[in-house]
Amino acid sequence: MDAVVLARIQFGLTAAFHFLYPPVSIGLAWLIVYIGWRYLRTGQAVYDEMTRFWVRILALIFAVGVATGIAMEFQFGTNWSTYSRFVGDIFGSPLAAEGVFAFFLESTFMGVLILGRNRVSKRVYWLSALMVAVGSTLSAFWIIVANSWQQTPTAYTIVGGRAELTDFWAAVFNPSTLPRYGHTVVASVLSGAFFMAGISAWYLLKGRHVEFAQRSLTVAVVAAAVFSLAVLGVGHFHAVQVAETQPAKMAAFEGVFKTESGAAMVFFGIPDVRNQAIRLRIAVPKLLSFLISFDPNATVAGLDRFPRDLWPPVEITFYAYHVMMLLGFYFIAISLVGVYLLWRKRLFDNRPYLKVMLASMLLPLLALEFGWVAAEMGRQPWVVYGLLKTADAASVVVPAGQILFTIIMFVGIYSLLLALLVYLILREVKRGPVSLSGAANG
Amino acid sequence: MSHAFLQNAWYLLIGVLLVGYAILDGFDLGVGVLSPFIAKNEKERRSLIRAIGPFWDGNEVWLLTAGGALFAAFPHVYATVFSGFYLALMLVLYALILRAVSFEFGHRVESAKWRRAWGWVFFAGSLIPALLTGVAVGNVMRGVPLDAQMEFAGDFFSLVNPFALVVGLAGLAMFIMQGAAYLTVKTNGALAQRARKAGIWAWAALVVLLVVAGAMVVADVPERLDNYTRNPIAFAVPLAALALLILTRVSLQRGTPRRTFLLSSLSIAAIMGIWGAANHPYLLPARNVAAYGLTIFNASASQKTLQTMFIIALIGVPLVLAYTAYVYWVFRGKVQPREEHY
Repeated sequence: MDAVVLARIQFGLTAAFHFLYPPVSIGLAWLIVYIGWRYLRTGQAVYDEMTRFWVRILALIFAVGVATGIAMEFQFGTNWSTYSRFVGDIFGSPLAAEGVFAFFLESTFMGVLILGRNRVSKRVYWLSALMVAVGSTLSAFWIIVANSWQQTPTAYTIVGGRAELTDFWAAVFNPSTLPRYGHTVVASVLSGAFFMAGISAWYLLKGRHVEFAQRSLTVAVVAAAVFSLAVLGVGHFHAVQVAETQPAKMAAFEGVFKTESGAAMVFFGIPDVRNQAIRLRIAVPKLLSFLISFDPNATVAGLDRFPRDLWPPVEITFYAYHVMMLLGFYFIAISLVGVYLLWRKRLFDNRPYLKVMLASMLLPLLALEFGWVAAEMGRQPWVVYGLLKTADAASVVVPAGQILFTIIMFVGIYSLLLALLVYLILREVKRGPVSLSGAANG
Repeated sequence: MSHAFLQNAWYLLIGVLLVGYAILDGFDLGVGVLSPFIAKNEKERRSLIRAIGPFWDGNEVWLLTAGGALFAAFPHVYATVFSGFYLALMLVLYALILRAVSFEFGHRVESAKWRRAWGWVFFAGSLIPALLTGVAVGNVMRGVPLDAQMEFAGDFFSLVNPFALVVGLAGLAMFIMQGAAYLTVKTNGALAQRARKAGIWAWAALVVLLVVAGAMVVADVPERLDNYTRNPIAFAVPLAALALLILTRVSLQRGTPRRTFLLSSLSIAAIMGIWGAANHPYLLPARNVAAYGLTIFNASASQKTLQTMFIIALIGVPLVLAYTAYVYWVFRGKVQPREEHY
């Protein structure tokens, strides 16, 4: 097989696998910060119990995130050296900033969170949790800055075949940075909330650790409602930005083949690229035009505005985007039902609802993955939108056979990590939170 | 700030990051390599892990940040070295990935088999990076075949050569010495005694390997001595390394643990300084055609990027050092045999 195809497979696999962990870590970290703050305020033992348990879970997920993140930092150089030469002037800076401003912060204070309980005061312990949350959220910022510059490059000049920086802050806050960052971080908190809700629901279904589970579920369901609505809100601004800055991507998201005014928004359909149509289409007329331009008759650019060889792969972009969007609506619905049940005091013994929350606990991660696939596939065939094609970005000196070998190694190691992580999380969940009257030892 | 000033400043700053990595992650990699040899039972093995538990992750960030800074400041070097040393780097990655999870996964199941298995993962995950980092440094010092487009022009086997291997082993010995010195600070009794002895052996191996490596440079790449003959003041660096190594040896014999660790750390900085002073302005010399070599001038980012990054470093690094020092202070003193987790 072609080395570029293999390099893409390797990058896709390792990034998709890595991207399962940081979002849920960010989400859990912020929820732990909230719970720890409640503990400082109220002094109730249950909040301490909750902090301990969720830190134990976070530590496992965080470890896999750190381990798989190392591969990402080096892969641009190993597999995409032509890309690295082309963008190094701009893309390297956020990676270095991520190290200096984020990685050090989160890893250093993670040490305190895991091993430092008896060595610092309650307040400093809470501050350490806050630093982990802030560090991981900043880390997301810098990596999204780097990725957003690939989507909407700004503040550069091309000198000797390389992009050179002209204005650091303009490159950092390129048109897509803030919408993409907001959308991703809010979705990350959502993924942590669903994760916490699922485990808490399981305890309630089993009738175990009831007070712990009720408090955790309350925090999680309220956070899920707030953040699922926020994902939609920020997602809207993100979509408007994509329509303005990457119209070909928006056309692929929505399956708009022909430029039209008063474009409909498709909620379900099967794109037929050869005949340039959407089959089994369920759509709301004029809604897309309205959402993008606040005008039901506005014109939306279709794929016909772009040469065929500059189209993103339409099917995968369309499906990924739509699965993400439908899941987003599902999260809003299900978490609003939860808040309603909580308000009516019927949440904790509503077994069907608890089962649904248990079954849904990993769905936000699925939505995040699909969102990422839509974002990256929608950028194709470009690696840096409008400047450098993916096909021209790979390393020229790495033979295909070596990449194939490393893909096999990654698949083996990552499968092992995933199996171990699932096993260890299930073990921790079965063991449950340690009651504070008993021995609490890790 | 002029471009040339910034290019030199970044040569120094990348050096600082690499020295920080060698001193800090050096001790926890060293502890990992020593672990099967000096821990006689499960309790001692746990003490070793406890000794580095709160720090290893922050220490490894020095490597990640050096990688990011290299990408930003000298993108051509990042691109050439990482794609050229592909398989070796991937091997280091796999080792670091498995080692990273061994800390969290290794203690979660109360089973002797489980713990033993993770103990070996921890050992191998420490040994491979500790050895291969030096092999990479050896190749960078010796130079590699490059072409006119700055691309690596060799193959996997051009990286396997006696000089690189000697430097790799020297690096390994250096990390073991550093790990041993650290353990004398963090542990008590028989374990600390064994660490001290291991440190003395590692010191001896390091000195022999450095002498051999020095002789090989004189014989094989004498142009690496040009900086020294041109500016004899540069000889201060190897002389300082020599003096610090002697003091480290004396301190390993009868000094306080903290002093030993400090001296070992300073020795590492000076030893790496020998390499830095010899290679300047080359980041990656070419072995075939000298003009193809990557220098701080032909491989760097633009003046604008270097200046922005310089400001980021000036703001960020003191912050990092401050809270890193704080966390080392929080976990100061000897490891307690059973300390509460979480």
